[in-house]
Amino acid sequence: MLSVIGRYLIFLGKLFTRRESLKVYWKRFIDECIGIGVSSVFIVAIVAVFIGAVVCLQTRANLVSPIIPIYVVSNIVRDMTLLELSSTFMCVVLAGKVGSNIAGELGTMKITEQIDALEVMGINSASYLVLPKLLAAVFTFPLLAIISGFLGIFGGYLAGTLSGIITPEDYVYGIRYSFIPFNVFISIIKAFVFGFLISTISAFQGYNTRGGALEVGQASTSAVTNSCIAVLIADYLLAELLT
Amino acid sequence: MIEIKNISKSFNDRMVLDNVSGVFKKGETSLVIGASGTGKSVLLKCMLDLVRPEAGTTLYDGRDFYIGDEEDKKDIRREMGVLFQGGALFDSKTVHQNIQFPLDMLTEMGDGEKKDRVEFCLQRVGLEGTGNRMPSEISGGMKKRVGIARAIVMNPKYLFCDEPNSGLDPLTSIKIDELIKEITDEFEITTVVITHDMNSVLSIGDKIMFLHKGKKLWEGNSQAIMGDTVPELEEFVFCNKALSLMRAGK
Ligand SMILES: Nc1ncnc2c1ncn2[C@@H]1O[C@H](COP(=O)(O)OP(=O)(O)OP(=O)(O)O)[C@@H](O)[C@H]1O
Ligand SMILES: [Mg+2]
Repeated sequence: MLSVIGRYLIFLGKLFTRRESLKVYWKRFIDECIGIGVSSVFIVAIVAVFIGAVVCLQTRANLVSPIIPIYVVSNIVRDMTLLELSSTFMCVVLAGKVGSNIAGELGTMKITEQIDALEVMGINSASYLVLPKLLAAVFTFPLLAIISGFLGIFGGYLAGTLSGIITPEDYVYGIRYSFIPFNVFISIIKAFVFGFLISTISAFQGYNTRGGALEVGQASTSAVTNSCIAVLIADYLLAELLT
Repeated sequence: MIEIKNISKSFNDRMVLDNVSGVFKKGETSLVIGASGTGKSVLLKCMLDLVRPEAGTTLYDGRDFYIGDEEDKKDIRREMGVLFQGGALFDSKTVHQNIQFPLDMLTEMGDGEKKDRVEFCLQRVGLEGTGNRMPSEISGGMKKRVGIARAIVMNPKYLFCDEPNSGLDPLTSIKIDELIKEITDEFEITTVVITHDMNSVLSIGDKIMFLHKGKKLWEGNSQAIMGDTVPELEEFVFCNKALSLMRAGK
């Protein structure tokens, strides 16, 4: 276990030493932003809207006491969304999508000797392949978190108003009530950290694949599992640190 | 000239290369032959420093390749062209982009100049007009040829080919052999070809090194190989039906 963490840290070091020219990275960065960020908008949006809607309905169903004002429902939707759903939950979903994609791609490149081909040309393959993915993840994940946060609250609004359990006025009042702007910032910070963890852990798994197609599959699986665990542990630590 | 000196390498206590030495001369096509699993590809990877052997060195025209970090090796790496056993083309790039890739990464050439160079290499391996296809859309033999085109695009001083004609039909395989030989003679390259094809051994081998279970058992040229006395080599050479008939007849 410790030796794996050690190798992971050495791998991270390798990403930042002996880089190629910035021009090379810029183009790869744009490509990866599309591959990692833009192509994830759809799944992130779906998840956010539905989870927001479910949280709204569930909260209402469990808050039957007449002393609690109705706007508390949207208040809870807002805090849940900003604090956990738009960052942690979204990143667990993205660990599955982006993580397995990164590990599968790098694992295949490794076993088909494409990574060796890069090394032979004197290119730092780790940095050339992984750094753009890392930068794209830490750049796009916070943007996705913002989209996710907005759509989560919007999903709650849709569910609440369409089913008639809360009026639009109450809902809007609730989401503005005792709003702490810092929570948006927390969400962005978390997405940034999780983006870093997911991209590097998955890349590490893929990059160290040995063997054949079977091992590429295993690398994808452990990339997703390990990224999820890392995200959840980091979530706990950040919660201690930021709140 | 490439010299390898006393290279030994083991994986998990299993000796794969045992004290292998040899010299590959400039302008010659040197072959490394041997049965499957004897460590030919591992020897190549040691020479390229993709795998670091436990003992021994590789010298490129007297320059020790295992000394210094990657930055120091870059100069030698620029002079190498490698065809990997499976082609190792980049899946996400077209044939043209694959061949152009080393030029993009390692030179300051202009776009027009690069394009001309890529077209020249494509034509050299007989693949004009396939530049826009993806690696997944071309056949195994074409992949090998694109791999060769990529290996020679930088005008290497050292060319390495790992089984350039495995899995190809006899005609294409001869064409690829001839191509490698021609390029070697034309540009005075130091070429190392790994193969277990007796056809190539007899037609293009200026010098041949025979590996058996990680040891170098024999070294010589393509004439000498027919009259050798090493039993393992004899077995390797004369498992070919045509050759064994020929020997029985003489
Ligand atoms: N990375 C590795 N880890 C462990 N063992 C390895 C590794 N690479 C190669 N080997 C072992 O080393 C031995 C030699 O392999 P190598 O690929 O050099 O064979 P080869 O002579 O190229 O055979 P072929 O003609 O089939 O390509 C094999 O037994 C292989 O299992
Ligand atoms: Mg081999």
